[in-house]
Amino acid sequence: MKHEVIMTIRYSHLIGELVKRDLRLKYRRSFLGYFWSLLNPLMMMTVMMVVFSYMFRFDIENYPLYLICGQTIFNFFNESTNKAMYSIVDNGILIKKVYVPTCVFPLAKVLSNFTTMALSLVAVLIVMVFTRVQFHFSMLLFFVPLIFLLFFAGGMGMILSGLAVKFQDVTHLYSVFTMVLMYATPIFYPIEAVPEGVARIIRLNPIYTIIYLFRELMLYGRIPAVGAWLYAAGTSLAMFAVGAVLFDRMRRNFIFYI
Amino acid sequence: MDNVIDIQNVSMRFIMEQERTNTLKEYMVKLVRRKLRFSGFEALSRVSFSIERGESVALIGKNGSGKSTMLKLIAGVMEATEGSVRVRGSIAPLIELGAGFDPDLTGRENVYLNGALLGHRRRYMQENFDSIVEYAELEPFIDVPVRSYSSGMIARLGFSIATHVQADILVVDEVLAVGDYNFQQKCYRTMDRMLGAGRTLLFVSHDINQVKKLCRRAIWLNRGHVMADGPSAEVCDAYLAWMKEQEEN
Repeated sequence: MKHEVIMTIRYSHLIGELVKRDLRLKYRRSFLGYFWSLLNPLMMMTVMMVVFSYMFRFDIENYPLYLICGQTIFNFFNESTNKAMYSIVDNGILIKKVYVPTCVFPLAKVLSNFTTMALSLVAVLIVMVFTRVQFHFSMLLFFVPLIFLLFFAGGMGMILSGLAVKFQDVTHLYSVFTMVLMYATPIFYPIEAVPEGVARIIRLNPIYTIIYLFRELMLYGRIPAVGAWLYAAGTSLAMFAVGAVLFDRMRRNFIFYI
Repeated sequence: MDNVIDIQNVSMRFIMEQERTNTLKEYMVKLVRRKLRFSGFEALSRVSFSIERGESVALIGKNGSGKSTMLKLIAGVMEATEGSVRVRGSIAPLIELGAGFDPDLTGRENVYLNGALLGHRRRYMQENFDSIVEYAELEPFIDVPVRSYSSGMIARLGFSIATHVQADILVVDEVLAVGDYNFQQKCYRTMDRMLGAGRTLLFVSHDINQVKKLCRRAIWLNRGHVMADGPSAEVCDAYLAWMKEQEEN
Protein backbone atom coordinates (compact mmCIF):
# COMPACT_ATOMS: atom_id res chain seq x y z
CA MET A 1 0.00 0.00 0.00
CA LYS A 2 2.77 2.40 0.96
CA HIS A 3 4.58 1.75 -2.30
CA GLU A 4 1.39 2.37 -4.25
CA VAL A 5 0.82 5.69 -2.49
CA ILE A 6 4.35 6.81 -3.36
CA MET A 7 3.86 5.76 -6.97
CA THR A 8 0.54 7.58 -7.18
CA ILE A 9 2.23 10.75 -6.02
CA ARG A 10 5.03 10.20 -8.52
CA TYR A 11 2.45 9.79 -11.27
CA SER A 12 0.38 12.80 -10.22
CA HIS A 13 1.21 14.49 -13.52
CA LEU A 14 -0.49 11.56 -15.24
CA ILE A 15 -3.66 12.37 -13.30
CA GLY A 16 -3.29 15.90 -14.66
CA GLU A 17 -2.97 14.66 -18.23
CA LEU A 18 -5.97 12.36 -17.86
CA VAL A 19 -8.06 15.21 -16.46
CA LYS A 20 -6.99 17.40 -19.35
CA ARG A 21 -7.99 14.71 -21.79
CA ASP A 22 -11.45 14.37 -20.26
CA LEU A 23 -12.01 18.09 -20.29
CA ARG A 24 -10.85 18.38 -23.89
CA LEU A 25 -13.06 15.58 -25.07
CA LYS A 26 -16.14 16.46 -23.07
CA TYR A 27 -17.27 19.25 -25.32
CA ARG A 28 -15.23 18.58 -28.42
CA ARG A 29 -17.36 18.88 -31.52
CA SER A 30 -20.06 20.83 -29.71
CA PHE A 31 -20.83 24.35 -30.75
CA LEU A 32 -21.28 25.87 -27.31
CA GLY A 33 -18.47 23.91 -25.67
CA TYR A 34 -17.79 24.66 -22.03
CA PHE A 35 -20.79 26.95 -22.02
CA TRP A 36 -22.83 23.76 -21.63
CA SER A 37 -21.48 23.25 -18.12
CA LEU A 38 -23.27 26.43 -17.23
CA LEU A 39 -26.29 26.11 -19.45
CA ASN A 40 -27.13 22.54 -18.59
CA PRO A 41 -27.71 23.05 -14.85
CA LEU A 42 -29.73 26.20 -15.52
CA MET A 43 -31.97 24.38 -17.97
CA MET A 44 -32.38 21.41 -15.62
CA MET A 45 -33.22 23.73 -12.79
CA THR A 46 -35.84 25.49 -14.90
CA VAL A 47 -37.50 22.22 -15.84
CA MET A 48 -37.59 21.05 -12.24
CA MET A 49 -38.82 24.42 -11.09
CA VAL A 50 -41.72 24.33 -13.52
CA VAL A 51 -42.59 20.75 -12.60
CA PHE A 52 -42.44 21.30 -8.89
CA SER A 53 -44.17 24.66 -8.84
CA TYR A 54 -47.22 23.39 -10.66
CA MET A 55 -47.51 19.78 -9.68
CA PHE A 56 -46.14 19.40 -6.21
CA ARG A 57 -45.69 22.53 -4.27
CA PHE A 58 -43.23 22.90 -1.50
CA ASP A 59 -43.03 25.90 0.68
CA ILE A 60 -39.36 26.75 0.21
CA GLU A 61 -37.78 30.15 0.26
CA ASN A 62 -35.89 30.90 -2.96
CA TYR A 63 -36.79 27.59 -4.59
CA PRO A 64 -34.60 28.04 -7.70
CA LEU A 65 -31.46 28.42 -5.62
CA TYR A 66 -32.53 25.59 -3.32
CA LEU A 67 -32.90 23.36 -6.35
CA ILE A 68 -29.71 24.25 -8.14
CA CYS A 69 -27.58 23.86 -5.00
CA GLY A 70 -28.83 20.34 -4.37
CA GLN A 71 -28.76 19.43 -8.00
CA THR A 72 -25.20 20.60 -8.62
CA ILE A 73 -23.86 18.54 -5.76
CA PHE A 74 -25.89 15.45 -6.44
CA ASN A 75 -25.19 15.48 -10.17
CA PHE A 76 -21.48 15.73 -9.54
CA PHE A 77 -21.59 12.76 -7.21
CA ASN A 78 -23.68 10.75 -9.60
CA GLU A 79 -21.69 11.52 -12.72
CA SER A 80 -18.22 11.28 -11.25
CA THR A 81 -18.80 7.95 -9.52
CA ASN A 82 -20.47 6.53 -12.59
CA LYS A 83 -17.62 7.55 -14.85
CA ALA A 84 -15.05 6.34 -12.32
CA MET A 85 -16.81 2.97 -12.15
CA TYR A 86 -15.92 2.21 -15.78
CA SER A 87 -12.45 3.73 -15.66
CA ILE A 88 -10.46 0.58 -14.91
CA VAL A 89 -12.41 -1.60 -17.33
CA ASP A 90 -12.07 1.01 -20.08
CA ASN A 91 -8.33 1.27 -19.62
CA GLY A 92 -7.90 -2.49 -19.50
CA ILE A 93 -5.65 -2.75 -22.53
CA LEU A 94 -3.32 -0.18 -21.10
CA ILE A 95 -3.21 -1.65 -17.61
CA LYS A 96 -2.15 -4.95 -19.12
CA LYS A 97 0.80 -3.41 -20.91
CA VAL A 98 2.29 -0.62 -18.89
CA TYR A 99 2.79 -0.22 -15.20
CA VAL A 100 0.85 2.72 -13.82
CA PRO A 101 -0.65 2.98 -10.34
CA THR A 102 -4.17 1.96 -11.36
CA CYS A 103 -5.94 4.24 -8.89
CA VAL A 104 -5.07 7.22 -11.10
CA PHE A 105 -7.90 6.23 -13.44
CA PRO A 106 -10.88 6.53 -11.06
CA LEU A 107 -9.29 9.49 -9.30
CA ALA A 108 -8.74 11.35 -12.58
CA LYS A 109 -12.37 10.77 -13.57
CA VAL A 110 -13.61 12.21 -10.30
CA LEU A 111 -11.27 15.18 -10.64
CA SER A 112 -12.28 16.00 -14.19
CA ASN A 113 -15.94 15.93 -13.18
CA PHE A 114 -15.06 18.11 -10.23
CA THR A 115 -13.59 20.66 -12.60
CA THR A 116 -16.73 20.77 -14.70
CA MET A 117 -18.77 21.08 -11.54
CA ALA A 118 -16.65 24.04 -10.53
CA LEU A 119 -17.58 25.60 -13.86
CA SER A 120 -21.25 25.04 -13.25
CA LEU A 121 -20.93 26.94 -9.98
CA VAL A 122 -21.15 29.98 -12.21
CA ALA A 123 -24.74 28.89 -12.86
CA VAL A 124 -25.35 28.89 -9.11
CA LEU A 125 -23.90 32.38 -8.94
CA ILE A 126 -26.17 33.55 -11.75
CA VAL A 127 -29.21 32.24 -9.89
CA MET A 128 -28.01 34.01 -6.74
CA VAL A 129 -27.71 37.30 -8.58
CA PHE A 130 -31.07 36.89 -10.25
CA THR A 131 -32.88 36.04 -7.05
CA ARG A 132 -31.08 38.87 -5.27
CA VAL A 133 -29.57 36.92 -2.48
CA GLN A 134 -27.84 39.14 0.00
CA PHE A 135 -24.09 38.69 0.21
CA HIS A 136 -22.67 37.26 3.43
CA PHE A 137 -19.04 36.62 4.19
CA SER A 138 -19.94 33.09 5.28
CA MET A 139 -20.62 32.35 1.60
CA LEU A 140 -16.88 32.38 1.00
CA LEU A 141 -16.76 29.03 2.80
CA PHE A 142 -18.65 27.44 -0.11
CA PHE A 143 -15.64 25.38 -1.19
CA VAL A 144 -15.31 23.47 2.09
CA PRO A 145 -18.33 21.18 1.61
CA LEU A 146 -17.24 20.71 -1.99
CA ILE A 147 -13.83 19.47 -0.87
CA PHE A 148 -15.54 16.95 1.42
CA LEU A 149 -17.63 15.89 -1.54
CA LEU A 150 -14.53 15.40 -3.66
CA PHE A 151 -13.05 12.99 -1.13
CA PHE A 152 -16.33 11.16 -0.71
CA ALA A 153 -16.73 10.69 -4.47
CA GLY A 154 -13.07 9.70 -4.82
CA GLY A 155 -13.45 6.91 -2.27
CA MET A 156 -16.70 5.72 -3.79
CA GLY A 157 -15.18 5.86 -7.28
CA MET A 158 -12.26 3.67 -6.27
CA ILE A 159 -14.53 1.05 -4.73
CA LEU A 160 -16.86 0.97 -7.73
CA SER A 161 -14.09 0.84 -10.32
CA GLY A 162 -12.47 -2.09 -8.55
CA LEU A 163 -15.71 -4.00 -8.11
CA ALA A 164 -16.77 -3.45 -11.71
CA VAL A 165 -13.66 -5.25 -12.92
CA LYS A 166 -14.74 -8.48 -11.31
CA PHE A 167 -18.47 -8.14 -11.31
CA GLN A 168 -20.19 -6.47 -14.21
CA ASP A 169 -23.41 -6.58 -12.19
CA VAL A 170 -22.19 -3.70 -10.11
CA THR A 171 -22.74 -1.32 -13.01
CA HIS A 172 -26.39 -2.31 -13.25
CA LEU A 173 -26.97 -2.29 -9.53
CA TYR A 174 -25.36 1.08 -9.11
CA SER A 175 -27.76 2.85 -11.42
CA VAL A 176 -30.62 1.62 -9.26
CA PHE A 177 -28.72 2.63 -6.16
CA THR A 178 -28.17 6.18 -7.39
CA MET A 179 -31.85 6.49 -8.22
CA VAL A 180 -32.79 5.44 -4.71
CA LEU A 181 -30.18 7.81 -3.35
CA MET A 182 -31.57 10.66 -5.41
CA TYR A 183 -35.05 10.23 -3.96
CA ALA A 184 -33.57 9.76 -0.51
CA THR A 185 -31.78 13.08 -0.80
CA PRO A 186 -33.84 16.24 -0.38
CA ILE A 187 -32.91 17.86 -3.68
CA PHE A 188 -36.29 19.15 -4.79
CA TYR A 189 -38.22 18.69 -1.56
CA PRO A 190 -37.56 20.00 1.93
CA ILE A 191 -36.55 17.50 4.58
CA GLU A 192 -39.54 18.65 6.62
CA ALA A 193 -41.81 17.09 3.95
CA VAL A 194 -40.96 13.56 5.06
CA PRO A 195 -42.04 11.93 8.33
CA GLU A 196 -39.65 12.40 11.22
CA GLY A 197 -38.59 8.74 11.25
CA VAL A 198 -37.52 8.89 7.61
CA ALA A 199 -35.91 12.29 8.08
CA ARG A 200 -33.70 10.84 10.76
CA ILE A 201 -32.37 8.28 8.30
CA ILE A 202 -31.95 10.88 5.56
CA ARG A 203 -29.84 12.99 7.86
CA LEU A 204 -27.36 10.11 8.01
CA ASN A 205 -26.87 10.37 4.27
CA PRO A 206 -23.49 12.09 3.87
CA ILE A 207 -24.49 13.55 0.51
CA TYR A 208 -27.40 15.25 2.18
CA THR A 209 -25.19 16.63 4.92
CA ILE A 210 -22.93 18.15 2.28
CA ILE A 211 -25.91 19.64 0.43
CA TYR A 212 -27.21 20.96 3.74
CA LEU A 213 -23.89 22.68 4.50
CA PHE A 214 -23.75 24.18 1.03
CA ARG A 215 -27.32 25.46 1.19
CA GLU A 216 -26.95 26.93 4.63
CA LEU A 217 -23.99 28.93 3.35
CA MET A 218 -25.34 29.95 -0.04
CA LEU A 219 -29.06 30.37 0.62
CA TYR A 220 -29.20 31.75 4.07
CA GLY A 221 -25.69 32.99 4.66
CA ARG A 222 -25.61 31.04 7.90
CA ILE A 223 -22.68 29.11 9.24
CA PRO A 224 -23.94 25.61 10.05
CA ALA A 225 -23.39 24.00 13.44
CA VAL A 226 -20.12 22.22 14.17
CA GLY A 227 -21.82 18.82 14.27
CA ALA A 228 -22.77 18.94 10.61
CA TRP A 229 -19.24 19.96 9.59
CA LEU A 230 -17.70 17.17 11.60
CA TYR A 231 -20.14 14.60 10.27
CA ALA A 232 -19.48 15.60 6.65
CA ALA A 233 -15.71 15.70 7.13
CA GLY A 234 -15.66 12.39 9.01
CA THR A 235 -17.80 10.45 6.55
CA SER A 236 -15.91 11.84 3.56
CA LEU A 237 -12.47 11.04 4.88
CA ALA A 238 -13.66 7.63 6.07
CA MET A 239 -15.09 6.90 2.64
CA PHE A 240 -11.83 7.90 0.98
CA ALA A 241 -9.76 5.78 3.35
CA VAL A 242 -12.01 2.75 2.98
CA GLY A 243 -11.99 3.24 -0.78
CA ALA A 244 -8.20 3.35 -0.90
CA VAL A 245 -7.80 0.25 1.26
CA LEU A 246 -10.39 -1.78 -0.64
CA PHE A 247 -8.96 -0.67 -3.96
CA ASP A 248 -5.51 -1.72 -2.88
CA ARG A 249 -6.79 -5.20 -2.07
CA MET A 250 -8.60 -5.51 -5.40
CA ARG A 251 -6.01 -4.04 -7.76
CA ARG A 252 -3.68 -7.05 -7.66
CA ASN A 253 -6.31 -9.13 -9.38
CA PHE A 254 -7.26 -6.65 -12.09
CA ILE A 255 -4.80 -8.18 -14.50
CA PHE A 256 -6.65 -11.50 -14.39
CA TYR A 257 -10.03 -10.08 -15.32
CA ILE A 258 -9.47 -7.27 -17.76
CA MET B 1 28.01 -7.31 -12.33
CA ASP B 2 25.55 -4.79 -13.51
CA ASN B 3 22.27 -6.62 -13.85
CA VAL B 4 19.25 -4.61 -14.91
CA ILE B 5 16.86 -7.53 -14.79
CA ASP B 6 17.08 -10.32 -12.26
CA ILE B 7 14.63 -13.18 -12.45
CA GLN B 8 15.00 -15.74 -9.71
CA ASN B 9 12.98 -18.92 -9.44
CA VAL B 10 9.92 -17.23 -10.77
CA SER B 11 6.70 -19.19 -11.02
CA MET B 12 3.40 -17.83 -12.19
CA ARG B 13 0.24 -19.75 -11.57
CA PHE B 14 -3.10 -18.69 -12.94
CA ILE B 15 -6.17 -19.73 -11.10
CA MET B 16 -8.60 -20.86 -13.73
CA GLU B 17 -11.63 -19.91 -11.68
CA GLN B 18 -10.62 -16.32 -12.08
CA GLU B 19 -11.14 -16.54 -15.78
CA ARG B 20 -14.55 -18.07 -15.55
CA THR B 21 -16.72 -16.42 -12.95
CA ASN B 22 -17.84 -13.21 -14.45
CA THR B 23 -21.00 -12.26 -12.68
CA LEU B 24 -21.91 -11.83 -9.09
CA LYS B 25 -24.66 -14.40 -9.45
CA GLU B 26 -22.34 -17.05 -10.80
CA TYR B 27 -19.88 -16.30 -8.07
CA MET B 28 -22.50 -16.58 -5.34
CA VAL B 29 -23.95 -19.76 -6.77
CA LYS B 30 -20.52 -21.32 -6.94
CA LEU B 31 -19.63 -20.07 -3.51
CA VAL B 32 -22.76 -21.57 -2.00
CA ARG B 33 -22.28 -24.85 -3.79
CA ARG B 34 -18.65 -24.79 -2.77
CA LYS B 35 -17.80 -25.23 -6.36
CA LEU B 36 -15.24 -22.51 -6.57
CA ARG B 37 -12.68 -24.73 -8.10
CA PHE B 38 -9.21 -23.46 -8.05
CA SER B 39 -7.53 -25.46 -10.72
CA GLY B 40 -4.14 -23.96 -11.34
CA PHE B 41 -2.30 -23.44 -14.57
CA GLU B 42 1.37 -22.81 -14.42
CA ALA B 43 2.46 -20.33 -17.07
CA LEU B 44 6.00 -20.12 -15.74
CA SER B 45 7.74 -22.52 -13.45
CA ARG B 46 10.98 -21.80 -11.70
CA VAL B 47 12.41 -19.58 -14.34
CA SER B 48 15.70 -17.87 -13.57
CA PHE B 49 17.88 -15.59 -15.63
CA SER B 50 19.47 -12.21 -15.42
CA ILE B 51 20.17 -9.59 -17.99
CA GLU B 52 23.08 -7.22 -17.85
CA ARG B 53 23.09 -3.61 -18.86
CA GLY B 54 23.57 -3.17 -22.58
CA GLU B 55 22.55 -6.70 -23.50
CA SER B 56 20.13 -7.46 -26.30
CA VAL B 57 18.04 -10.45 -25.39
CA ALA B 58 15.27 -12.19 -27.28
CA LEU B 59 12.56 -14.33 -25.75
CA ILE B 60 11.49 -17.02 -28.17
CA GLY B 61 9.08 -19.90 -27.97
CA LYS B 62 5.77 -21.20 -29.25
CA ASN B 63 2.46 -19.57 -28.51
CA GLY B 64 1.58 -20.15 -24.88
CA SER B 65 5.15 -20.76 -23.84
CA GLY B 66 5.08 -17.98 -21.25
CA LYS B 67 6.77 -15.16 -23.15
CA SER B 68 4.01 -12.63 -22.63
CA THR B 69 3.63 -13.56 -18.98
CA MET B 70 7.35 -13.00 -18.54
CA LEU B 71 7.09 -9.59 -20.16
CA LYS B 72 4.17 -8.65 -17.93
CA LEU B 73 6.14 -9.62 -14.85
CA ILE B 74 9.09 -7.55 -15.99
CA ALA B 75 6.86 -4.61 -16.89
CA GLY B 76 5.43 -4.79 -13.38
CA VAL B 77 1.80 -5.15 -14.36
CA MET B 78 1.66 -8.59 -12.77
CA GLU B 79 3.10 -10.02 -9.61
CA ALA B 80 4.76 -13.43 -9.61
CA THR B 81 3.22 -16.21 -7.56
CA GLU B 82 6.66 -17.24 -6.40
CA GLY B 83 10.20 -16.06 -6.77
CA SER B 84 11.54 -12.60 -7.28
CA VAL B 85 11.54 -10.25 -10.23
CA ARG B 86 13.91 -7.36 -9.87
CA VAL B 87 14.19 -4.60 -12.41
CA ARG B 88 16.65 -1.75 -12.02
CA GLY B 89 15.90 1.23 -14.16
CA SER B 90 12.97 2.48 -16.15
CA ILE B 91 11.17 0.53 -18.83
CA ALA B 92 9.82 1.84 -22.10
CA PRO B 93 7.37 -0.74 -23.31
CA LEU B 94 6.64 -0.96 -26.97
CA ILE B 95 4.09 -3.61 -26.44
CA GLU B 96 1.38 -3.11 -29.03
CA LEU B 97 2.25 0.38 -29.98
CA GLY B 98 -0.38 2.94 -29.37
CA ALA B 99 -2.26 0.99 -26.70
CA GLY B 100 -2.29 4.18 -24.69
CA PHE B 101 -3.56 6.42 -27.47
CA ASP B 102 -6.94 8.02 -27.22
CA PRO B 103 -8.50 7.97 -30.68
CA ASP B 104 -10.33 11.24 -30.14
CA LEU B 105 -7.27 13.21 -29.17
CA THR B 106 -4.94 14.64 -31.77
CA GLY B 107 -1.47 13.26 -32.31
CA ARG B 108 -0.02 16.18 -30.40
CA GLU B 109 -2.25 15.63 -27.37
CA ASN B 110 -1.53 11.92 -27.47
CA VAL B 111 2.22 12.50 -27.31
CA TYR B 112 1.79 14.19 -23.94
CA LEU B 113 -0.71 11.65 -22.66
CA ASN B 114 1.46 8.75 -23.74
CA GLY B 115 4.52 10.37 -22.24
CA ALA B 116 2.70 10.73 -18.94
CA LEU B 117 1.68 7.08 -19.07
CA LEU B 118 5.33 6.19 -19.42
CA GLY B 119 6.06 8.35 -16.41
CA HIS B 120 7.32 11.52 -18.05
CA ARG B 121 6.43 15.07 -17.27
CA ARG B 122 4.98 17.55 -19.69
CA ARG B 123 8.07 19.69 -19.84
CA TYR B 124 10.25 16.76 -20.72
CA MET B 125 7.87 15.84 -23.52
CA GLN B 126 7.80 19.42 -24.72
CA GLU B 127 11.56 19.43 -25.09
CA ASN B 128 11.45 16.25 -27.14
CA PHE B 129 8.24 16.98 -29.00
CA ASP B 130 9.70 18.17 -32.27
CA SER B 131 12.11 15.31 -32.67
CA ILE B 132 9.39 12.80 -31.79
CA VAL B 133 7.16 14.13 -34.53
CA GLU B 134 9.98 14.40 -37.01
CA TYR B 135 11.12 10.85 -36.36
CA ALA B 136 7.57 9.55 -36.80
CA GLU B 137 7.32 11.50 -40.06
CA LEU B 138 3.97 12.88 -39.01
CA GLU B 139 4.44 16.64 -39.20
CA PRO B 140 1.43 17.32 -41.45
CA PHE B 141 -0.92 15.16 -39.37
CA ILE B 142 0.08 15.95 -35.83
CA ASP B 143 -3.04 18.03 -35.12
CA VAL B 144 -5.44 15.48 -36.55
CA PRO B 145 -7.31 13.07 -34.24
CA VAL B 146 -5.53 9.75 -34.02
CA ARG B 147 -8.69 7.88 -35.07
CA SER B 148 -7.99 8.93 -38.63
CA TYR B 149 -4.42 7.64 -38.57
CA SER B 150 -3.49 4.47 -40.38
CA SER B 151 -2.12 1.59 -38.31
CA GLY B 152 1.34 2.33 -39.68
CA MET B 153 1.11 5.94 -38.55
CA ILE B 154 0.02 4.90 -35.06
CA ALA B 155 2.89 2.43 -34.84
CA ARG B 156 5.35 5.09 -35.96
CA LEU B 157 4.19 7.57 -33.38
CA GLY B 158 4.23 4.93 -30.66
CA PHE B 159 7.71 3.78 -31.54
CA SER B 160 8.94 7.32 -31.75
CA ILE B 161 7.63 8.20 -28.28
CA ALA B 162 8.95 5.03 -26.71
CA THR B 163 12.43 5.49 -28.12
CA HIS B 164 12.64 9.19 -27.34
CA VAL B 165 11.76 8.95 -23.69
CA GLN B 166 14.75 8.18 -21.61
CA ALA B 167 14.47 4.58 -20.51
CA ASP B 168 17.05 2.03 -19.47
CA ILE B 169 15.19 -0.95 -20.83
CA LEU B 170 13.34 -1.12 -24.09
CA VAL B 171 10.75 -3.87 -24.34
CA VAL B 172 9.68 -4.69 -27.88
CA ASP B 173 6.92 -7.19 -28.38
CA GLU B 174 6.21 -8.26 -31.92
CA VAL B 175 5.49 -4.78 -33.13
CA LEU B 176 7.69 -4.18 -36.07
CA ALA B 177 5.40 -6.10 -38.36
CA VAL B 178 3.47 -2.88 -38.84
CA GLY B 179 5.06 0.00 -40.63
CA ASP B 180 6.61 -0.22 -44.08
CA TYR B 181 10.04 -1.53 -44.96
CA ASN B 182 11.76 1.81 -44.64
CA PHE B 183 10.38 2.48 -41.23
CA GLN B 184 11.29 -1.00 -40.06
CA GLN B 185 14.86 -0.41 -41.12
CA LYS B 186 14.82 2.87 -39.29
CA CYS B 187 13.55 1.11 -36.17
CA TYR B 188 16.39 -1.40 -36.32
CA ARG B 189 18.93 1.35 -36.68
CA THR B 190 17.45 3.15 -33.70
CA MET B 191 17.51 0.03 -31.57
CA ASP B 192 21.10 -0.60 -32.56
CA ARG B 193 22.01 2.93 -31.61
CA MET B 194 20.23 2.61 -28.28
CA LEU B 195 22.11 -0.58 -27.55
CA GLY B 196 25.31 1.26 -28.27
CA ALA B 197 24.29 3.89 -25.76
CA GLY B 198 24.10 1.30 -23.01
CA ARG B 199 20.38 0.65 -23.09
CA THR B 200 19.09 -2.85 -22.68
CA LEU B 201 16.80 -4.46 -25.21
CA LEU B 202 14.28 -7.19 -24.54
CA PHE B 203 12.75 -8.46 -27.74
CA VAL B 204 9.92 -10.89 -28.28
CA SER B 205 9.30 -12.23 -31.72
CA HIS B 206 8.42 -15.25 -33.78
CA ASP B 207 10.57 -13.99 -36.59
CA ILE B 208 13.79 -15.91 -36.01
CA ASN B 209 15.71 -13.95 -38.62
CA GLN B 210 14.87 -10.70 -36.85
CA VAL B 211 15.98 -12.21 -33.57
CA LYS B 212 19.32 -13.34 -34.99
CA LYS B 213 19.92 -9.96 -36.52
CA LEU B 214 19.02 -7.88 -33.50
CA CYS B 215 19.95 -9.90 -30.44
CA ARG B 216 23.17 -11.39 -29.18
CA ARG B 217 21.43 -13.65 -26.73
CA ALA B 218 18.22 -15.63 -26.80
CA ILE B 219 16.17 -17.37 -24.14
CA TRP B 220 13.91 -20.13 -25.36
CA LEU B 221 10.86 -20.81 -23.28
CA ASN B 222 8.60 -23.80 -23.58
CA ARG B 223 5.58 -24.42 -21.35
CA GLY B 224 6.99 -22.14 -18.74
CA HIS B 225 10.43 -23.70 -18.61
CA VAL B 226 13.70 -22.36 -19.92
CA MET B 227 14.78 -24.77 -22.63
CA ALA B 228 17.95 -22.94 -23.60
CA ASP B 229 19.71 -19.70 -22.82
CA GLY B 230 22.75 -18.61 -24.80
CA PRO B 231 24.04 -17.00 -27.97
CA SER B 232 21.08 -16.26 -30.17
CA ALA B 233 22.32 -18.13 -33.25
CA GLU B 234 22.72 -21.38 -31.32
CA VAL B 235 19.49 -21.11 -29.39
CA CYS B 236 17.53 -20.14 -32.48
CA ASP B 237 18.89 -23.09 -34.44
CA ALA B 238 18.05 -25.47 -31.62
CA TYR B 239 14.57 -24.00 -31.43
CA LEU B 240 14.02 -24.33 -35.17
CA ALA B 241 15.29 -27.91 -35.16
CA TRP B 242 13.00 -28.73 -32.28
CA MET B 243 10.04 -27.14 -34.02
CA LYS B 244 10.72 -29.17 -37.13
CA GLU B 245 10.91 -32.34 -35.10
CA GLN B 246 7.60 -31.50 -33.46
CA GLU B 247 6.03 -30.98 -36.84
CA GLU B 248 7.17 -34.35 -38.06
CA ASN B 249 5.80 -36.22 -35.07
